[in-house]
Amino acid sequence: MKASEAIIKCLIEEKVNTVFGYPGGAIVSVYEALRKSKIHHVLVRHEQGAAHSASGYARVSGKTGVCITTSGPGATNLITGIASAYMDSIPLVVITGQVRSDMIGRDMFQEADITGATESFTKHSYLVKEANELPRIMKEAFYIAATGRPGPVLIDVPSDIQDARIDFVYPEWVDIRGYKPTLKGHIGQIKKAAKAIAESERPLIVAGGGVTLSHAEPELLSFVEKTGIPAAHTLMGKGALPSGNAHYVGMIGTHGFPEANAALSKSDLLIFIGARIADRTWGGASEKLLENTRIIHIDVDPAEIGKNVGTQIPVVGDAKQILLDLNEKVESKNTAGWISEIQSFKKSGTRKETQAVNPKYAIKLLSDMLSDEAILVADVGQNQLWAARNFEDRMGRKFLTSGGLGTMGYALPAAAGAKLAAPERQVVAVVGDGGFQMSMSELGTISANKMGIVILLFNNGRLGMVRELQDQVYKATSGVDLDKNPDFIKLCEAYGMKGMRVSRDAELEAAFQKALRSKGPFVVECMVDAHESTL
Amino acid sequence: MNRHILSVLVENQSGVLSRVSGLFSRRGYNIDSLSVGETENPKISRMTIVVQGDDHILEQIKKQLNKLIDVIKVAELDVHQSVFRELALIKVKTTMAARASIIEIVDIFRAKIVDVANDTLTVEMTGDEEKIEAFINIMAPYGIVEIVRTGLSAIERGNKEIKKYEED
Ligand SMILES: Cc1ncc(C[n+]2csc(CCOP(=O)(O)OP(=O)(O)O)c2C)c(N)n1
Ligand SMILES: [Mg+2]
Repeated sequence: MKASEAIIKCLIEEKVNTVFGYPGGAIVSVYEALRKSKIHHVLVRHEQGAAHSASGYARVSGKTGVCITTSGPGATNLITGIASAYMDSIPLVVITGQVRSDMIGRDMFQEADITGATESFTKHSYLVKEANELPRIMKEAFYIAATGRPGPVLIDVPSDIQDARIDFVYPEWVDIRGYKPTLKGHIGQIKKAAKAIAESERPLIVAGGGVTLSHAEPELLSFVEKTGIPAAHTLMGKGALPSGNAHYVGMIGTHGFPEANAALSKSDLLIFIGARIADRTWGGASEKLLENTRIIHIDVDPAEIGKNVGTQIPVVGDAKQILLDLNEKVESKNTAGWISEIQSFKKSGTRKETQAVNPKYAIKLLSDMLSDEAILVADVGQNQLWAARNFEDRMGRKFLTSGGLGTMGYALPAAAGAKLAAPERQVVAVVGDGGFQMSMSELGTISANKMGIVILLFNNGRLGMVRELQDQVYKATSGVDLDKNPDFIKLCEAYGMKGMRVSRDAELEAAFQKALRSKGPFVVECMVDAHESTL
Repeated sequence: MNRHILSVLVENQSGVLSRVSGLFSRRGYNIDSLSVGETENPKISRMTIVVQGDDHILEQIKKQLNKLIDVIKVAELDVHQSVFRELALIKVKTTMAARASIIEIVDIFRAKIVDVANDTLTVEMTGDEEKIEAFINIMAPYGIVEIVRTGLSAIERGNKEIKKYEED
């Protein structure tokens, strides 16, 4: 068969039933094979959307997201999406067309060195030189993308290779000598961790995105309940533990909650699980803090251990497996005093009445109205943090966002991908007027595929997050006014979508009810005061 | 800052060198030299990388290298248990009068003259870095036209093999 047909066969072997893509001259051979297959191809409206959609799809389905584009501009348009997935450890397999292999390097029409361009934010990449190697490469790519610390893998396939004939044999397994991720934690280290936990007085769990990536939520819950240790989370760790749990502390970091950050500074033992302890997480915590705090760091990527923060007890491996082992070695602790101390740092916010919609209240209200299985996809900016801070976590809920790269324009396409992965679940995209316009091309994809998602658009006429930063630092703003915003409701209507504009809190409930009952996509545009604060 | 010598086994494939060197520049690691060539197994290449950095940086370098799929093994060589060699080709200006004294120095250093022209001599020398530096310093007054160096290659003494290193 043709190698392009083999690519599709490999996808079927990997149980891929949905791909996101955009065709072009250098990938038509694959598209022809795709046409003849049962795989659902979702035509995005911009390639960046393909990568974000595949990311949303992966986060919700637990499978590897797949996108396919042509060479040159098709491939380079993917870059931001690939980098976003890389920073958040999302498994993707990205297939790009390339110019004929004998022409590579001559600056052909639509030639771009995409393996080179994405080198620093792909987990691995291949430029296929032998058609016969394709099945092995595909098998390896799916294996590498999904195992260990997940991430995007790119396969660049020259057009003549796509047309070459090969004997198709899909390898049964992979053997990559340079890639053997450690999954099971070292038992000696786990014992040390258990001992440190037993000795500690003010232990604090900090759950990161790795907990949800390894589906370790149930094991984390057992760990928390068995030991009684309070648990905070990072932005990416949102959803690791239900907010209703008595041990739940909330989000730490620069935009976290005061009680969570206070717990971080006062703890004598920090247990990081599946977190890379990034600058935004560590945020304000001082170096001095480290002198009095011991750190247990559980992560599947050994390079994360000790990278940002020194660690006394590293445990390398998969969060789920390590927690299973650790749960057998830990005992119940008396943490009641410590937990009430943490709770005492809570600052009770009073709800401000504004002329416009209070976005924090809007998210709280929506959160209450959504089912336990709802998925919320937040864009970047103030809207992201309003969402992160006010969307209640329940077991089974999901919160998706571009945490590492902080990519505006993520929410619309990622929500589309999420909806395709779980059509029966409620999916809400929370987005600002800036981020909306970065990806509004995907309204086409959402509408054409009749995706019943709710778009909650916070219109503050500003790049609000930057406005706030400038106001704080320079007492003046520059380049943040979104003058002449379009009529977003009309715009959505032009795409055949329904929508409602809301200017007062009192109108929110009715609007959300309408949105949630709507079969197709529905936009709720909330008019927000330009000076609304993030926290 | 300490110098460290890393020996790295990698898949002998295109793109590997770019991945390794890209890693160093992008993460801001200082690299003194990098040399690479095929090993006893033609599918595997071995790199010798001389890096500078404190323990924390060195540990990160090792871990980040190990993260690359094409990297099979990373070992830091013990300076006292290893042999280091570098090859340098040095083109020196000469005159009739100076030629004899240059040849004398070349002999003392156990280097080799590989090309003679009317007004230049090209010397090939192998040795550890200090030896090469010393030779270059002595040649400087004669006038150095060009130098090309391979960067350090290193291997451990005795029956040790880096393939058999335990991952740390
Ligand atoms: C692609 C991209 N460009 C620029 C930024 C920098 N940035 C961070 S937040 C923000 C403002 C976002 O504005 P909007 O989408 O309206 O959300 P708001 O903060 O107003 O809720 C900007 C420009 C970014 N994160 N991503
Ligand atoms: Mg805005």
